[in-house]
Amino acid sequence: MTAADYRAIFLAELCRIAPDIDPETVGDGDHIQDDLGLDSMDVLNLVVALHDRLGVDIPEKDYPQIATPTLASDYLSRNV
Amino acid sequence: MTDDSDAALPGAESVPRSGARAVDADASGDKWAEARGLIDGWKGGVNIAHEALDRHVAAGHGDEIAIRWLGKSGERRDLSYAELTAQANRFANVLASHGLAAGDSVFAMAGRVPELYAAALGTLKAGLIFTPLFSAFGPEPVRTRMEIGDANVLVTTESIYRRKIAAWAHEIETLKLVLILGDTAPEGCVALAPAMAAASPEFETVATRPEDPALIHFTSGTTGKPKGAVHVHNAVRYHTFSGRVALGLEPGVTYWCTADPGWVTGTSYGIISPLVNRVTMLIDEAEFDLQRWYSLVQDEKVEVWYSAPTAIRMMMREGSEAAKPFDFSALKFLASVGEPLNPEAVLWSAEVFGQPFHDNWWQTETGGIMIANCPGAEVRPGSMGKPLPGIEAGIVARADGKIRALGTGEIGELAFRPGWPSMMRAYLHEQARYDKCFVDGWYLSGDLAMRDSEGYYWFVGRADDLIKSSGHLIGPFEVESALIEHDTVAEAGVIGIPDETAGEVVKAYVTLNPGFEASDALERDIRGHARKKLGPAVAPREIVFRKTLPKTRSGKIMRRLLKARELGLPEGDISTLETDET
Repeated sequence: MTAADYRAIFLAELCRIAPDIDPETVGDGDHIQDDLGLDSMDVLNLVVALHDRLGVDIPEKDYPQIATPTLASDYLSRNV
Repeated sequence: MTDDSDAALPGAESVPRSGARAVDADASGDKWAEARGLIDGWKGGVNIAHEALDRHVAAGHGDEIAIRWLGKSGERRDLSYAELTAQANRFANVLASHGLAAGDSVFAMAGRVPELYAAALGTLKAGLIFTPLFSAFGPEPVRTRMEIGDANVLVTTESIYRRKIAAWAHEIETLKLVLILGDTAPEGCVALAPAMAAASPEFETVATRPEDPALIHFTSGTTGKPKGAVHVHNAVRYHTFSGRVALGLEPGVTYWCTADPGWVTGTSYGIISPLVNRVTMLIDEAEFDLQRWYSLVQDEKVEVWYSAPTAIRMMMREGSEAAKPFDFSALKFLASVGEPLNPEAVLWSAEVFGQPFHDNWWQTETGGIMIANCPGAEVRPGSMGKPLPGIEAGIVARADGKIRALGTGEIGELAFRPGWPSMMRAYLHEQARYDKCFVDGWYLSGDLAMRDSEGYYWFVGRADDLIKSSGHLIGPFEVESALIEHDTVAEAGVIGIPDETAGEVVKAYVTLNPGFEASDALERDIRGHARKKLGPAVAPREIVFRKTLPKTRSGKIMRRLLKARELGLPEGDISTLETDET
């Protein structure tokens, strides 16, 4: 999979957890909590959803590395 | 508790007498004498901000650090007691310059920034009433609370204002002033930074009376709108006392309360109690982040740490290994509140931090910690501890308007003999709902609990349908109301389902209007609608579709039955069930 594929998967799971977000308006550098309004439970659910979909374990210390679509697609490319 | 405090019930009308009586009782061995000895009083009355700030500066402690603020991006700022006092004074002068006066109401909705704390304290100094709002609330909970609370002033950020408030702010008729943090403000609002800079740093704290309202905290109800619990300046006696006794707050201690000041814990023990007890309090602007939290506790040498089960369970998820690299040796006391702390978390924290998180219990209405595993006392993992000195608690059952006290090991409603200084004095504009909290000389908490043979209290559950998620009390009615505003939704029933991290999460059952079909896309659309209206902390995390919901003959949705079925529990008495779930 390419980084673009991971970005698409990340965005799909993000918007499934927080359907108030319009995927069309999400910028590559948008912070999922500061800009997109996720709370910590949402982040946890996102991590679980990415695990279920991609089999990737994301430890808490790596949460900052999935904080934006760009960071996340990069992180997923390296770790899946 | 003395007999005459029982006679004060029920009703807010009796409150001023109760306060006066409490003072009168001092000569005859008032149980709150110790609490009173911890504060000074101000001009024959009491003002929370005088106790939190002015008196420390007057006593020569102005150079001590009141707030050590840690910004999201690594900024670091210390505010001494003298500096925080000057900031609060400037804020009080800004309010005065706009013609606002004692008794007016100030709402605040912002992240954890120093200006928010100066605004809270400046409001109290000026004798106005402070109401914090959680900054992650969506527009609907904000508007409802500002309407009920007759908001005169709103302090917020430009971003929150534009996204959540601007569209309807002009419809709040009582609203006179919107203060925006920072240097610029949208049209019709006032930028706070230049206004503060232009204001004098001197302000004589208003001589409020002990029973003058100081704070209004909103809390959710099972039915109807949120309730505004009114707290008075005299509550500071109990904030001071309970912080000292239950948390070990003393002058010079480095203290970190992780609760957001948008909730009652973040105000009583995140602003007032620590400052009155002259500690140095840490404020972290950022949200939970494990590495950051552990580093902060280590680097800032946190001595007293007050947090919540959801955060503690998030730490646990990462295991002891993640904590190994850190030095937690400065920690002296750890406490937890918001929902029951499970025994595993108590034991785990003892292993990782060298001592356990001490659970305690209180709620918006009590204004302060009532039951606690106090410093120096033996911790019973899973128990909320014992009543604080001076607090008379009981486990009771209601029958025919009377209260029967239950014995050891029996499950009943947790109740208290009224009269402690920080007890709420009213639900704003809701006398009947306030009166309902008091029966036969007891304040009824709505929580079910049990007392063991050694006097420790154990939480059992809520006596009503309220949901406790990540420590936030959520009223199902408020969520259901938002859901049925969606075009497709006919009816909604909302319950809390167990979650290992959040305690409970909000789940909704909905029926659809004719012509609409259940689908994943619709589920998302409704959930998105609810998140926009309510914010992520309050909106359902899951929505399921039903053809009908279980209802009583009077048409009330039986949430209890939805929950029992969800959890596979006995359905109990269903004699009132008229229409069943399909």
